[in-house]
Amino acid sequence: MALKFPIFMDSQSTTPADPRVVEAMIPYFTEKFGHPASRNHSFGWEAETAVDRAREQIAKVIGARDPKEVIFTSGGTESINLALKGVAEMYREKGNHIVTTAIEQRASLDVCKRLERHGYEVTYVPVRPDGLVDLETLRQAITDKTILISVMFANNEVGTIQDMSAIGRLAKEKGIILHADATQAVGKIPVNVEAAGIDLLSCTAHLIYGPKGVGALYVRRKAPRVRIAPLIDGGGHERGMRSGTLPVPLIVGFGRAAEICGEVMTEEGVRLAKLRDRLQDMILSNIDEAYLNGHPERRLPHNLNISFAYVEGESVLMGLNKESALSSGSACTSSTLEPSYVIGALGASAELAHSSIRFSLHRFTTEEEVDHVGARTIEVVKRLREMSPLYELAKEGVDLKSIHWKAE
Amino acid sequence: MAYSEKVVDHYNNPRNVGSFTKGTPGVGTGLVGAPECGDVMKLQIKVNLDTGMIEDAKFKTFGCGSAIASSSLATEWLKGKTVDEAAKIKNTDIVNELKLPPVKIHCSVLAEDAIKAALADYREKHAPADARASSE
Repeated sequence: MALKFPIFMDSQSTTPADPRVVEAMIPYFTEKFGHPASRNHSFGWEAETAVDRAREQIAKVIGARDPKEVIFTSGGTESINLALKGVAEMYREKGNHIVTTAIEQRASLDVCKRLERHGYEVTYVPVRPDGLVDLETLRQAITDKTILISVMFANNEVGTIQDMSAIGRLAKEKGIILHADATQAVGKIPVNVEAAGIDLLSCTAHLIYGPKGVGALYVRRKAPRVRIAPLIDGGGHERGMRSGTLPVPLIVGFGRAAEICGEVMTEEGVRLAKLRDRLQDMILSNIDEAYLNGHPERRLPHNLNISFAYVEGESVLMGLNKESALSSGSACTSSTLEPSYVIGALGASAELAHSSIRFSLHRFTTEEEVDHVGARTIEVVKRLREMSPLYELAKEGVDLKSIHWKAE
Repeated sequence: MAYSEKVVDHYNNPRNVGSFTKGTPGVGTGLVGAPECGDVMKLQIKVNLDTGMIEDAKFKTFGCGSAIASSSLATEWLKGKTVDEAAKIKNTDIVNELKLPPVKIHCSVLAEDAIKAALADYREKHAPADARASSE
């Protein structure tokens, strides 16, 4: 099959909706447009049934005991806000301390920063060079004021998958609520809130081939019953935790997307891991001083993150962006103009953080696409190295650290 | 954010990439920026010691597309100028020529720094020749 350009390999930023998802959604815009809270006519009942079905589909893919534990939100960011702020407010009497990690996504870190300004204390536990949280370090961070542990299930940049069951056991042992930011994990790898002892879990539709604009927060109802204060007050929808008219078509799409992921996850994971490994081998065997970021095994099957020493990430993307879509931890591609704090937290130098490229594969990625992107990446990196003063110095045997750089 | 056509052109067809052989007479080298900041530029000029004109310039840049384009453009502009004329190149000229957005202005600043550093290095190494060339 001929390649179609541009090739999308940025599926950890978003995914294309699966056509089956779109198909499921369409009737809910026009014919089945009812408000699920309309209790007295068939339009409302029909919408409510559809929403409940989606709740079940999502509950199933995260291993929730009861579909009622799934609360719909506008997406991952809102779910994380609701979980963290909701717990912080609800359990203020009990304590004011939150434990999280240094590699959480921006939404989590920014919520934590806001909470800190409101009198809460947050400990950002460092991670090991492979991105895993060290359980002892996590344990030591807990105090008698700790009300919440919030850890991302799988990392958005390097794909490292945490040992959530072990973290869950620790949280249970200490009687602390555990929130998992599973936006990158749900639908991609097995997630089970019961088995892992997760009390709150954030996920989003657009990363699992569903529509943008809808997400969910799992809120445990039993053992323990977790309570959260709402961010949005109103009609008391979603058991009072999230008021607002439910976007039924989006929810239907989210449910269908979760259902499909549940069906194909195992097979898809194997296929993508194989393609990812092919890409990784191709790149690492052709380019010297290219470093894999994250954990070599415990990582998402569709994730590959590599730092190319001596070349800057945005310039690599620029060489590829006519034909492919990737992302970089380079400062130049971030809104904050700082290089990736995730790569930095793994202990890599800032230079290597600037040089990181994330390849994230998806359901529709083909072997031809992988081969093309791999070959072009190799070409571009080699070309840029010929232009790089750092590569030249390194080849001359100069230790770059020995140079007194005149930073701006 | 899309890149301007000129940035894309310099990125795809960088002018004057390379380095002068060590010990070439009339060469001044500037190395500015820092790897941890994501930008390093090496810019070299080669001055004709008889005429005082910059007859060649080369660069190597570690940085984003705009940094590469800024330094590539700088080498183009340097050629044919005297050392004194070269010192008048301003980062704002580069911003205007390449239509750099505000977040990329630092690339042009770095290119101006690289020019200044190369000129200073040349002057330091060739003070007598430079004095001769620019004596009026």
